[in-house]
Amino acid sequence: MKLRSWIRFAWPGVPILMALFVTTLILIFFDTSPKTALLAMVEGSFGDKSKVFQVLAFLVPLMLSASGLLVTFTAGLWNIGVEGQIIIGAIMSSWVALKIDLPTPFQISLELLAAITGGALWAGLVAVLKTRGGVNEIFSGLALNNIAIILTNYLISGPWQPPEGGTFRGTQPFAENALLPLLGESRFSPLSLVLALIAFGIVVVALRGTFWGLKLKALGKNPKSAFLLGVSSERELILALMFCGALAGLGGGIRVLSWFDSLRQSISGGIGFLALLVVMLSTFQAYLVPPIALFFSIVLMGSTTLHMRSGLHPSLGGILTGVMVLFVLLFGDYGKLFTRRKKIRTSIVQEASDE
Amino acid sequence: MRVDLQDIHKYFGSVRANDGVNLVFEGGKIYGLLGENGAGKSTLMKILSGYQPPDVGRILLDGKPIQFESPAHALSHKVGMLYQDPLDFPPMRILDNYLLGRDVRVILNYSKAMDELQLLMDRYGFSVDLQANIDSLSLGERQQLELVRLLAGGANILILDEPTTGISAVQKELLFESIRRLTHDEGKTLILVSHKLDEVQELCDYAYVLRRGKLVGETELPCSNKILVELMFGHVPLRSDHPDYEPGNPVVELQNITLATYQLEVKNVNLVVKAGEIYGLAGLEGSGQRLVIRACGGLLHPIEGRYLLAGQDVTRWNYHRMQMSGVSYVAAGRLEEGLVHGLTLTEHVVLSLPEHSLMVDWKSARQETHKRIARYQVMGTPELTADSLSGGNQQRFLFGLLNSSLKLLLLEHPTRGLDVRSAEWIWELLYQRREDGTAIIFMSADLDEIIERSDRIVVFSSGVMSRVVDARNTSVDELGHLIGGQA
Amino acid sequence: MSEFDQLLKTLSSIVLQSSPLILAVCGETITERAGLINLSLDGTMLLAAMTGFIVGLKTNSLILGFLAAAIIGMLFALIVAFGSIRLKQNQVAIGFVLTLLGDDLSAFLGQNFTRIRGPYVVKIGIPVLKDIPILGTLFFDQDVVVYFAFIMVGLTWWFLFRTQPGLKLRGVGERPEAAFARGVKVNRVRYIYALVGGGLVGIAGAAYSLDVKLGWSEGHTRGLGWIALAIVIFGGWSPIRGAIGALLFGATKALATVLQRTFPQISVVAFNAIPWILMIAVLLVSTSELTERFINLMPKTWRRPLRRFLRVSAPTALGVHFGED
Repeated sequence: MKLRSWIRFAWPGVPILMALFVTTLILIFFDTSPKTALLAMVEGSFGDKSKVFQVLAFLVPLMLSASGLLVTFTAGLWNIGVEGQIIIGAIMSSWVALKIDLPTPFQISLELLAAITGGALWAGLVAVLKTRGGVNEIFSGLALNNIAIILTNYLISGPWQPPEGGTFRGTQPFAENALLPLLGESRFSPLSLVLALIAFGIVVVALRGTFWGLKLKALGKNPKSAFLLGVSSERELILALMFCGALAGLGGGIRVLSWFDSLRQSISGGIGFLALLVVMLSTFQAYLVPPIALFFSIVLMGSTTLHMRSGLHPSLGGILTGVMVLFVLLFGDYGKLFTRRKKIRTSIVQEASDE
Repeated sequence: MRVDLQDIHKYFGSVRANDGVNLVFEGGKIYGLLGENGAGKSTLMKILSGYQPPDVGRILLDGKPIQFESPAHALSHKVGMLYQDPLDFPPMRILDNYLLGRDVRVILNYSKAMDELQLLMDRYGFSVDLQANIDSLSLGERQQLELVRLLAGGANILILDEPTTGISAVQKELLFESIRRLTHDEGKTLILVSHKLDEVQELCDYAYVLRRGKLVGETELPCSNKILVELMFGHVPLRSDHPDYEPGNPVVELQNITLATYQLEVKNVNLVVKAGEIYGLAGLEGSGQRLVIRACGGLLHPIEGRYLLAGQDVTRWNYHRMQMSGVSYVAAGRLEEGLVHGLTLTEHVVLSLPEHSLMVDWKSARQETHKRIARYQVMGTPELTADSLSGGNQQRFLFGLLNSSLKLLLLEHPTRGLDVRSAEWIWELLYQRREDGTAIIFMSADLDEIIERSDRIVVFSSGVMSRVVDARNTSVDELGHLIGGQA
Repeated sequence: MSEFDQLLKTLSSIVLQSSPLILAVCGETITERAGLINLSLDGTMLLAAMTGFIVGLKTNSLILGFLAAAIIGMLFALIVAFGSIRLKQNQVAIGFVLTLLGDDLSAFLGQNFTRIRGPYVVKIGIPVLKDIPILGTLFFDQDVVVYFAFIMVGLTWWFLFRTQPGLKLRGVGERPEAAFARGVKVNRVRYIYALVGGGLVGIAGAAYSLDVKLGWSEGHTRGLGWIALAIVIFGGWSPIRGAIGALLFGATKALATVLQRTFPQISVVAFNAIPWILMIAVLLVSTSELTERFINLMPKTWRRPLRRFLRVSAPTALGVHFGED
């Protein structure tokens, strides 16, 4: 008996090990020793200060989005549109950075506020389309992601292009005083990390300690019962999405105001989708999100170094993390894997005519 | 063909839906299978028609034992069942619905199917626009099509489950005509599962009566209704004497309400329920009482008529608004529409509190939960999730979530699946509520409960509400008749 | 070249460009009609495109390339089906992870094969038919992939709506309990058609790298899978409507370039965004209440056809788990 419950507890580790195993196989197949790979990853993330900052700079928007997604997942939503929300946040910050000139503290505050608002409204669009229009949030999110990307490209190559001509790489760089305070010579802003941690904290408190968080939890698990318990799904879904959009947007704003000094193509860098993976891997347990996000950042930044060392394509990092999430999804649920399959036929029968 | 059901047992958890049933059906006869809700009729017929296997017992066709793997398998052995809600495919066209699973030929032959279908429809006097989609048809028409499909599939033994609920008088006549032709002329066997005594008397040759999972009697027909009613509902102890309460002002006033869903229309509902009054809605599933209760809760809006709550016009109000005005709805599905799987008892209590601040005070919430657990005698701790409680405890807990003072309490099947002690306990709670002035409207399939607990009763039959009956002066007999559709 | 010829050329190229999309839409339509959502399309197509190209390159056989791509498609679909039916996990989650994985895997495994010239499908005009004015150039002076795509549309339609197995497939997606009652092995059907659909999606991916956008590069077909998913909905889960949707989508992209020339002041942005705005608009119209109210305002005789045209309803049991024994 005791062994059983021990296995059950440790079970989630199994798919992770499987994933590492699979990745190792791939490495071996491509003539790279796993040890080299590991060293490269470590070097790529901790090798020198700039690498560490790179990891942290990636971590910040990733954690912000993941924190926001915890909220939407709790409400039972698939917020695929998080990528677009990051982008719009970046756009709004860029707009303030380019068009408005205030003393630094106000400038920054306004930029971040703009980012939050932009992301929230963009998500709000998804929410209203769902509650009033019945449009699945996956597709509206997808469409809005693409529209956000198109908008970015337009701004980069058009109205906001650098004075020396459009390069399609980025907009005109922002003035020094529009950027977030950076650490020394690096492009990392410690303030952003603080904001990310605060946001994460807010999310944890919101989900565990507020009445609103409880309402979302009920809604995500059983909308019908939640309704009878007094939860209005329309209102809560909209709020949840806007909350996530706000955090994601903030992440976007931080990216253009620190790591990058302008709005760039692919400003969201796939971070939104990665954040979805982070939350899935954490099996929706908030406390696992920061370490998993850190892990993802390390692996992904490290794989660029791996690329330099061994010529292996940096997407290896994505493969490792992806396979991990896949295996955890498929095989991580001990209960569903090994519970004896009851005769479920009888339950279908109840549907046909009631006794 | 002769069908023997031998020693059939079927359990759902601890419920004995069929408890050792032995029946015989012979060819060329029309059988009636009677019993109130929960008697086991549908379960038994689902076993016979191949939808589910018995836990114990066997089926013999012409003396040969057979085990059905699916309804299609049963149909290949000439046993077919027509459900009250036919197992058809609503978005599809009639011809597609008819052809699905019909034969092994790859290419669908619509013209042949059309001819076949038309022929069969004509033979039994049915007439339906064969070009239409299933979901545009009335229930009666869908039944006709399903019946024809079973016949085309070679069914010799037909089971009809409450076929006349929700169909017009004309369609009913047609159905009866075809039933007579099928059995007396064509030698098929027909089993009619029904609660409508008049129809059973009119149509059937022989009747079996089930109660609480067992066969309690059988008789040739026609016979006196009294015998059937007694067999079906048994003897009920006279209503025990508990203090009556003086009802107060009207809380619920339904004026000429008409409700409609796809399946059913309930017209001309006029109801007045006073404070402290307990109103029982009786009738078999799908007769309309659930719609009325939902309307009282603002979960369903009438297409005609007015609804006054304590004098205020609330016809257009939704449930949350009603909730804030002191109305509570307790649905039958405890885990589907009441409790949330995965949420702890404490979390439920927090959600149910009328006042909410931004942050949840978990400490006091836990204390409150302890209090409620104690008061409502729920076997569980605040940290347990709702789904880990037993059925009886879930129901008690659901009641424990209700606000302290309510104007109106609406209950679907308050004691369904509960043992006697738990049920008794729930009613004690409800009596306390009524003494506080809460008006209570409940529906139940258990006539004993309806008579025992209500002050006044109305019965629903096929969407029609009966006259109001005083619980003190009525009997199971009278209610049984009202349920059966007689005045 | 005359204006007219130019237009014809553009239209012809639209037909070519849309063909892979049409194939993917047919495949996913079949899968979703059986009640399963395969959200991994984007990743599948990327990996399939890469595989098709590389295998075709190495073996110098287009057929093997397409076959390999089909296998990839089936593999991904199998994972989604198995994870959902047997392991009872969330289809959407599994599909989503596979989307990203497919992207990464294709980038990684294909890294040595970018910007290489490889085999490609040759144009084969159909004699006689290709000389028909206008239609001939558009539809009969193309290559095998295009022909296959259009044949597939017809075949899928015929299969779904005129055959017994197709009928059973639809039954599974609409009401599995009733299908079960009719003797259909529900989950087995779901597996089979998930594989069929996945195979077609795989072929669609290869159709890209071997025909429409030759060669391989990172992110070669990125975005197409998502578009295919949306078009399935837009097409009301019918292959013909879906094919029209795919063509329209291709057209709006081409239109963007053409219109850009005529109206240089309105930037490319607006036109690029049109397909996506349209997608939201179409989804909105298909599923919202407003449409229902709009239809009820119309004269009675118009209502039925309007409803059929405007409202799309998903297979009722889409994404719903069926617990057989």
